Amino acid sequence: MSQFNEMYQGAAVRVPYARLQDWVATMPQELRSLKQAEAEALFRRIGITFAVYGEGGDPDRLIPFDMFPRVFNAAEWGKLEKGIKQRARALNAFLVDVYGRGEIIRAGRIPARLVYQNEAYEKAVAGFVPPKGVYSHIVGVDIVRTGPDEFYVLEDNCRTPSGVSYMLESREIMMRMFPDLFRENRIEPVDGYSEKLRRTLASVAPRKCRGEPTVVILTPGHFNSAYYEHSLLADLMGVELVEGQDLFVDGEFVYMRTTEGPRRVDVIYRRIDDAFLDPLCFRPDSMLGVPGLMDVYRSGGVTICSAPGAGVADDKAVYTYVPEMVRFYLGEEPILQNVPTWQCGKPDDLGHVLDKLPDLVVKEVHGSGGYGMLVGPKASKDEIERFRLKLTEDPGNYIAQPTLALSTVPTFVEEGVAPRHVDLRPYCLVGERIELVPGGLTRVALKEGSLVVNSSQGGGVKDTWVLAE
Amino acid sequence: MLSRTADNLYWIARYMERADTIARLLEVGSRISLLPSAHGYRSEWDSLLQAAGLATLFARKYGDPVQRNIESFLFFDRDNPSSVASCLTAARENGRIVRTALTTQVWDALNTAFQELKQLERAERSTLELSRLTDWVMRHAAMVRGAIDATLLRDDGFNFLNIGYYLERGDNTARLMDVKYYVLLPRVEFVGSGLDNYQWTTLLRAMGAHRAFHWAYGGEVTAAKIADFLILNPQSPRSLATCAAGLVNHLGRVAKAYGRETLAQEKARELLAGIERATTDAIFDEGLHEFLSRYIGEAADLANAIHEAYLSGEMR
Amino acid sequence: MRLSVDHVTRYRYDAPVRSVVQSQRLTPSLFAGQKVIDWEVTVTEGRKGAAHRDGAGDQVQAWTIAGPLTSVEVRVRGTVETEDLAGVLRGHRESVMPDCYLRSTPPTQADVALHRLAETASGADSLALAHALSQAVSDAIAYRPGVTHAHTTAAEALALGEGVCQDHAHALIAVARLRGIPARYVSGYLFVSEEGAPHEAAHAWAELHVPGLGWVGFDPANRCCPDARYIRLGSGFDAQDAAPIRGVARGGTGESMDVTVAIQQANQ
Repeated sequence: MSQFNEMYQGAAVRVPYARLQDWVATMPQELRSLKQAEAEALFRRIGITFAVYGEGGDPDRLIPFDMFPRVFNAAEWGKLEKGIKQRARALNAFLVDVYGRGEIIRAGRIPARLVYQNEAYEKAVAGFVPPKGVYSHIVGVDIVRTGPDEFYVLEDNCRTPSGVSYMLESREIMMRMFPDLFRENRIEPVDGYSEKLRRTLASVAPRKCRGEPTVVILTPGHFNSAYYEHSLLADLMGVELVEGQDLFVDGEFVYMRTTEGPRRVDVIYRRIDDAFLDPLCFRPDSMLGVPGLMDVYRSGGVTICSAPGAGVADDKAVYTYVPEMVRFYLGEEPILQNVPTWQCGKPDDLGHVLDKLPDLVVKEVHGSGGYGMLVGPKASKDEIERFRLKLTEDPGNYIAQPTLALSTVPTFVEEGVAPRHVDLRPYCLVGERIELVPGGLTRVALKEGSLVVNSSQGGGVKDTWVLAE
Repeated sequence: MLSRTADNLYWIARYMERADTIARLLEVGSRISLLPSAHGYRSEWDSLLQAAGLATLFARKYGDPVQRNIESFLFFDRDNPSSVASCLTAARENGRIVRTALTTQVWDALNTAFQELKQLERAERSTLELSRLTDWVMRHAAMVRGAIDATLLRDDGFNFLNIGYYLERGDNTARLMDVKYYVLLPRVEFVGSGLDNYQWTTLLRAMGAHRAFHWAYGGEVTAAKIADFLILNPQSPRSLATCAAGLVNHLGRVAKAYGRETLAQEKARELLAGIERATTDAIFDEGLHEFLSRYIGEAADLANAIHEAYLSGEMR
Repeated sequence: MRLSVDHVTRYRYDAPVRSVVQSQRLTPSLFAGQKVIDWEVTVTEGRKGAAHRDGAGDQVQAWTIAGPLTSVEVRVRGTVETEDLAGVLRGHRESVMPDCYLRSTPPTQADVALHRLAETASGADSLALAHALSQAVSDAIAYRPGVTHAHTTAAEALALGEGVCQDHAHALIAVARLRGIPARYVSGYLFVSEEGAPHEAAHAWAELHVPGLGWVGFDPANRCCPDARYIRLGSGFDAQDAAPIRGVARGGTGESMDVTVAIQQANQ
């Protein structure tokens, strides 16, 4: 399988990376080790660590940071930006539609079953249109590249995509360690993200809000693996970071408990799942949420971001239909392509998948984080047979995709610099306006040949540069 | 500020101060146990545990008070919520939760103490001398305190940190003085003896205050002078008078910032007035132990009032 | 038929609670089969919160009650003019798509026995099949109070062969969904005229979605379709989802609850 190297075409260096050639060639080994240690110390000092659910081990584990940046030029980014914004608009239009009249289903463009029987479809918000018609305020689109002009969307994240703190901190650390690089290259800044996020959240204030809305971030708590990110965003935006116990419903509104008494809250950027939001509406055993929150939400007293029920748009089975959504709602052709996907729930597709299992990637429809996934070409015979059994037992629970030749970017490894596979997650903000900061989270599979970039499975992160024109 | 944030800050201070006290208590214990004693070191260590309010918990886990076990219990034992390790871990965890309400310097100080603690826990116990451990704790407690004083914005968060410090410190001073009560209780004839004075001096040393004491009072160490120094003297950094005044000051600043008073301010003023009214004679008439117990009780009442008014989030 | 309702729910707490939040579906549904003459819900020392009509057409009213409290009393009183529509929920406005109600939930999860029961029923069309399924459930589960509890599943009730209206409704929902018929749980009131009649006045039944007719009620516990003796309050996937009162108390311990319901035929 030929793999696209984002820096080298044979011996030639591609234009976006031109200035990095000298940088890496002239960096002595000792300096590199020194800088790597410095980066790690900085990450540890700011406390940006990552705890993996259920894996135990060191809760203060760091995600490995690779200093070799990933670079896009303005033209490449321009296309990505258009494609991502288009997708974010279509996904939101879809959400408004399926919680309303369901035109796309009536038109026969997407099967009713996939939507209405979906676990992520929240009956509780049917018939409700959130402020500005936005369900998903932060859309994280996972993109892989296979050639100079070939980008594919791997999946959409419409609920609460994480990782943006790595985008911000990676940049901070790179600027601190290699200021010269930033003088030589004209790199678009990403630090406007927090202000844009704050503006986005404030722009979807609820109907009953008067004056400047009070925004908070709702975290499941400091044991959560993304707690650092929650607190960083709260700090950068200058808003309170609250837990469910800090909020309460009184009358028609939600308040937070402060040392000066109750203070009304208008917009909640929640980083907890729908099921935990409100024990009176969803899981009655939830201790993380706020009893009565949904009633306030439904009656326009508070905005919840992302809106409850947004998850039905980023389901892996619904994903297949996103290009269809673009055509249906926007009347446009999709700029970014989907990875060809087989729905194992369809008998024809299942047959094909079972035939080609060793060549395919198989994923659980509701899975995330690289768990419950089969990478055919890397799997042992046993693993493949185990998956064959799972697929036959519950085909509807799986989708399959061809193994893509993910692009590589030079990466610092033990022996020097070597190509490693990467993906990209930019964060698109949707409120009154739709915005995208030029950058994102580049994840890199640090193991040679590995295609799994998840941080829980040995992936690392890189700074992502977008060069100014 | 979020009530929970205020609560976390308050507990950072309480845990740090408590860790400091436990280290000092260990210091007192080991010095007292070096003395020739009528009842043997066992009962003295036991007195120490009683003063710290930890005797029952210790007995349940270890049985007889053996010095080595007491050291483990007070320093490393995670089952003991007041051990140095538990306190430093809890302080750092509270700090992590409210990371954005702290400066880098304060966080660094909390985090460094925690990271070094993990190294100490991995070290072979026989290589760790008690005096080194207690010095280590006091150094880090001072670093955190210093970082707070030097770098933190003087807002309500700063006040809640200080409220935590003064509450815990007053309580701890009272408890440390009470060790004397437990140690000496069985043998009234020791009062005023050389041994008695030696024990008082040990106590002063443990509080890092024996030099200050001599500068302030000079001459012989007597119970009355000590009581004056540790209870009534507003110059002494650990005296109950200083702690109560600190509470009145910081609660007053909170009330001013929020534009309203609560039961907490009233109780703090009562606490201070009680001390300002007292004299050493009156204290010994009432009985030192009784006086200290009363202070501990009133301070606990105040802590409840502070919790209700500001930290619980129940204020309307 | 004109029915009057007096429904009191009392919560008691062993230790005082700091506050209580409730989400209530205690207002009669708006549809052609019932018309509210007067209706009032009171909550002791409660403060009315947000109100809205949800996607399933239910009137939802939130309440908050500030503590400390050792008891809360919710009282519903009112009069409703009802009409027999042979179970058909005519003129009910809602935006949830019927297909949503094909999803199973823990209490309506099917097991082998439910599958078998679902297969025993047959009918020329959806309506006939729906009747047959309801009949099958009535035959398979005898009405007997006290053998099942609030968390008994449809499968467990079927295995016991006994249960109350909640179990009947869960079982019918389970078998209907197995046969591809959207089905949901309905809570409401039932007027029982004969002395000593067995069934509870705070009642529950199921609705099945029949093409052409829309939602149609079936009450397997009473072997009939809801008529003028029924007052409909709200619906959901299952009993918990359709509960007329969902509440959370903050702090405190030892909640106990007792309910009294009186439904009477009112004078014109």
